[in-house]
Amino acid sequence: MNMPFYVSPEQLMKDRADFARKGIARGRSVVVLAYDGGIAFATENPSRALHKISEIYDRIAFAAVGKYNEFENLRVAGVRYADMRGYSYDRSDVTARGLANAYAQTLGTVFITESKPLEVEIVVAEVGTEPADDQIYRLTYDGTVADEHSFVVMGGQAEQLGRRVKDGWRENMSLGEALRLAVAALGSGEGSSSRTIDAAQLEVAVLERDRPRRAFRRLTRQVLADLLAEGGEAVSGATARADDLPPADDVPAGPATPGMGTADTAPSDAVDAVDTTEPDAEPESPDESPTDESPTDESPTEESPTDESATEEKPDEGPDTSGTTPGTDR
Amino acid sequence: MNLSADRTTGRLPDAFLRPGSSSFVDFLAEHAPDRLPGNRSVPAGMTDPATLSPHATTIVALTFDGGVLMAGDRRATAGNMIASRSIEKVFPADEYSAVGFAGSAGIGLELVRLFQLELEHYEKIEGSLLSLTGKANRLATMLRGNLQMAMQGLAVVPLFAGYDLDKDTGRIFSYDPTGGRYEEHEHHGVGSGSVFARGALKKLWRRGMDADAATRVAVEALYDAADDDSATGGPDTVRGIYPIVATVSVDGYERIESAEIARVAEQIAAERRERGSLA
Repeated sequence: MNMPFYVSPEQLMKDRADFARKGIARGRSVVVLAYDGGIAFATENPSRALHKISEIYDRIAFAAVGKYNEFENLRVAGVRYADMRGYSYDRSDVTARGLANAYAQTLGTVFITESKPLEVEIVVAEVGTEPADDQIYRLTYDGTVADEHSFVVMGGQAEQLGRRVKDGWRENMSLGEALRLAVAALGSGEGSSSRTIDAAQLEVAVLERDRPRRAFRRLTRQVLADLLAEGGEAVSGATARADDLPPADDVPAGPATPGMGTADTAPSDAVDAVDTTEPDAEPESPDESPTDESPTDESPTEESPTDESATEEKPDEGPDTSGTTPGTDR
Repeated sequence: MNLSADRTTGRLPDAFLRPGSSSFVDFLAEHAPDRLPGNRSVPAGMTDPATLSPHATTIVALTFDGGVLMAGDRRATAGNMIASRSIEKVFPADEYSAVGFAGSAGIGLELVRLFQLELEHYEKIEGSLLSLTGKANRLATMLRGNLQMAMQGLAVVPLFAGYDLDKDTGRIFSYDPTGGRYEEHEHHGVGSGSVFARGALKKLWRRGMDADAATRVAVEALYDAADDDSATGGPDTVRGIYPIVATVSVDGYERIESAEIARVAEQIAAERRERGSLA
């Protein structure tokens, strides 16, 4: 048996996390935010067929960024899980919490045991009968679950876009207001200058609280265009604020936003050290044996400090992202 | 029994993550075959399996200008007893189709539930609706899985009707217990009272009827079926139980209010009273 030279578990986990985060950062962002009548999902996606936002069950939807084949697989598994559960028990017994747990276990197991972590980040959202019952779960590549409120931004420039949404978001926004905010945030992502995203380039869907059974609805191009046009001045106001934000290159220096994505900030201070290695070679490298020896010990060291104390940690995604072409991996 | 998540780790089982069929029934057959409604065997030596489950009866469907209508009475029988006065046998299969069934109620209800899920599952996985013929064929396949039970007396005979978005017309499909699928024209009926209902439909159906006229025809056909078939329930004015009538048009599935059916049923009864016939 040929023994690979020793790699410390910390280093191995950091390499994996770094690899996954780089893959995720390449995709375009998804914004999920609550509005007065439910939960809205928006992303830039010119494809009419390859969706990043989908229905899972009556009140549950799924949104993802990262590698399309990987999150599509998870989405199909989620639909099967939900339908199986609803068929075996009752439709009301299918919950976002159960699905989020199943996803978390799957992502976590793959992160530790497989040769390559899944390069995906997922939101599972369920609309309740009251706004207080709404649930938004954000799951990261390592299986970390975060119970989010109000809004989530994930993908490429999640930190930067998240700050935009955080500034603009308030309770009981109308659907039009929420979508204008989401689209303005998505448009502000690339570099310092904001741009207007055409309705044809957007994939937008909502979970509507008042719909009788299946709450999920995609907004067609025309409906979306009307909603976005409702308050033109609101959009321009939001755009003006976008200019005040620091350019993308400055992002890593900025403070993290406490309200969102604490789970996203995986061990990042290691990135500088890791940069000397070849990131592309990581998936092939025979790192398996050290992992198998102590799988349970490694994950807490990676995950648990991140969960509670990582609010001030800053992922170094900004520079990585600026060098890659956004949207090549959807 | 590997229900939803792997028991040891809680992660989703590999079968869930395997790329493959968009069919929930196929997935179930592979992953949990014990849950398929037809996948049971009746032990030999049973007196008569058919007495195990109540028997659901008459369903009619007819086309009208702009869609298709399906109606079913509310009775289920077990031998000479009434098992249920208010059973529902007409359901939305999805947004643009309706399904009703006659025959063994327990298996029929399960079949309908699985069929609804099958269509919804496909829609969610593929992001598009099945064609109407595709839906009709799926139902035939599912029915074939029940052949074993049908041969032992637990047969289900569904009736499927829907709005064909490609052809802009309402269409009706009937089935036999072995899974044979037949497209019907204009109108059809299944179940024990269907002989009488179909006789009525033949006389009453007109080309170019609107939904209101079609409702009246369907209720009258069921009225005639209940008149001569003891297993078909007529309008129950005491309890306020009336047939279920649903239309499927380009606007989707719509169930007609019970109050409206009560009005139509009363009108039919009044006309017949006036006619004064004793037969």
